[in-house]
Amino acid sequence: MAAIELRRLTKVYPGGVKALDALDLVIPDGEFFALLGPSGCGKTTLLRTIAGLETATGGAVVIGDRDVTSVQPGGRDIAMVFQDYALFPHMDVTDNVAYPLRIKKVAKAERHRRAGEVAARLGLERLMDRRPGQLSGGQQQRVALARVMATQAQAFLFDEPLSNLDARLRLEARTFLKKLQRELGVTTVFVTHDQAEALAMADRMAVMEAGVIRQIGTPAEVFQRPANTFVAGFIGSTPMNLLDAVVRGDTLEVAGCAVPVPDAAAGLLADGEKVVYGVRPEYNAYAPKPADGSSEGALAGKVVIVENLGASHLVTLDVNDVTVQAVVPEGSEPAVGDEGFAAPRRDRALVYRDGELVTR
Amino acid sequence: MAQATSPPDLTRETAEPTARRYSVDAAGLGRWRAGAFAAPALLLITVFLVFPALWVLYLGLTDYRLTGTAAADPKVVGLDNFLSALGEPTFWNSTWLTVQFVLGSAVIGQVGLGFAIAWLLRDKRGPLKRIVEGLVILAWILPSAVVSFLWVALLDADGGTLNALLGTGDYAWLLDHPMLSIIVFNTWRGTAFSMMLYGAALGNVPPSHLESARLAGASGWQQLRDVVFPHIKGHILTNLLLISLWTFNDFTPFMITAGGPDGKSEVLAVHVYKVALQSGQLGYGAAVSTVILLINLVVAVFYLRLLRSKK
Repeated sequence: MAAIELRRLTKVYPGGVKALDALDLVIPDGEFFALLGPSGCGKTTLLRTIAGLETATGGAVVIGDRDVTSVQPGGRDIAMVFQDYALFPHMDVTDNVAYPLRIKKVAKAERHRRAGEVAARLGLERLMDRRPGQLSGGQQQRVALARVMATQAQAFLFDEPLSNLDARLRLEARTFLKKLQRELGVTTVFVTHDQAEALAMADRMAVMEAGVIRQIGTPAEVFQRPANTFVAGFIGSTPMNLLDAVVRGDTLEVAGCAVPVPDAAAGLLADGEKVVYGVRPEYNAYAPKPADGSSEGALAGKVVIVENLGASHLVTLDVNDVTVQAVVPEGSEPAVGDEGFAAPRRDRALVYRDGELVTR
Repeated sequence: MAQATSPPDLTRETAEPTARRYSVDAAGLGRWRAGAFAAPALLLITVFLVFPALWVLYLGLTDYRLTGTAAADPKVVGLDNFLSALGEPTFWNSTWLTVQFVLGSAVIGQVGLGFAIAWLLRDKRGPLKRIVEGLVILAWILPSAVVSFLWVALLDADGGTLNALLGTGDYAWLLDHPMLSIIVFNTWRGTAFSMMLYGAALGNVPPSHLESARLAGASGWQQLRDVVFPHIKGHILTNLLLISLWTFNDFTPFMITAGGPDGKSEVLAVHVYKVALQSGQLGYGAAVSTVILLINLVVAVFYLRLLRSKK
């Protein structure tokens, strides 16, 4: 077990594309860490650079207290699960799981014993003689995990570990992976483009954009207090309302309505300043009538669209030609054309200045 | 992120495909019209392939000659031609030289070199790759007569290019090393096919499998053994089959050494030409041809067996 530390890590592809731009990141020992970002943000390059499959153009990769920047992948004492699992089709489960041990010249009896042990832990004991082609997607994934576990490496790297599973299996595997990682306690970095996966599984996560990390934090921090408008717009199953606002004393003028300055930004704004006001639809309390009889502190508008999300509805309001969204619980959804009021929660709303969160 | 297709779930019992029945006449042509479509091709095959083959079998049993009384009135002599061939040292000499030629220029030369080039160039881009590939393919597409002449000019004792390059005076490469000369020549000439075949085959090896092996610490050779070869086994066998048979029957060496000196490079194809058309013993030549055919058959069956049992 070891921590992973990246120092000013840079990767420039031939042709000048900067995939990683002087990244600094410390992943403590035993942490389950997610790299999240849109396609092409460099998250897979980052994972592959940690693995040694890509060579860094600059900076350093430190695993444990060893600088492995120029060490071959095989010498880094790490193990990786690939998106397609990369199981060898001509080997049965035992040989696949034992393969890294075979390369390390562990005696046959010993490596089969260890493979059997790990496989039994993952419920694969009855499949040991099968070839990968005879296994389901979920079983293949567990074989790939068993192969990684059998290496007893210092750190595990998962590249989109769930993306090849169907939707239902994905939820099961998510829970299973999280439990397994907790039990093993091995530092694990995984890449995903699915924010729900990152939020659900990770202890901490990094949100990346264009080769730089835009925010590092626990899933709760990243969800509740996105550090910038990029993260705010990227995280969340329904995108955050990001509305242009002007500071008017202790209120903000948003879409022609006045809302109180959020707690997080209280005392940090100058009068007349132009900012961006952000509130998640989940934290935007919708009501058909103003709560206390006046529309004070709420965004008053007309319901344009109502979308069914299952246990709740996403209501889109037109507030003086500005689109504002709010989530309402099932049973109390309005009809299209209704007048409505959306009152942002003061303790959850945020203010961004030049794209960055205004906070203490 | 590109998403690979999820692997089929074979554990479910329903995934077991039930035997599907296809209609015998899917195109709805009817027996006669279908026959009419196939007839021209069958006719051509019969005239140009089946008949000559049967004719060779028949000739091998006669004392047919190019000239003289036996040419006008050939007699059936039974297995005499075969028996005399098997008792003839020149036949066995040619067979042995052919084995050397096939192993040296096809199996080791073309397959080995072709794979090596394909492997080394697998993730190269740019001019180097294009130049190497271009040169290799050029050797393959030039007409035999042209390249044979070029190689005679290269290896000639009297003013040959190689002697000029190496400063070896008037060393007679074609006379002192006739087999080596035609083996190197045929390797140079035929590597392109194997190189292109392996180039395509290596493209089918999933990069993640190679990377997985690298992460486990596998050396270059271990990556080849554990990842690459199992993936391209079928390609290797098919390639070996084709190259072995082509080389076995190759006549181009005749244009360089004419089988000489003193039969030292007289591979079977050249041997047949010499006895049948230069000495005029058509019956004997046909018998040797039949033996070549049988050897080819054995080689082909051997490879096809391997190919079938590769699972």
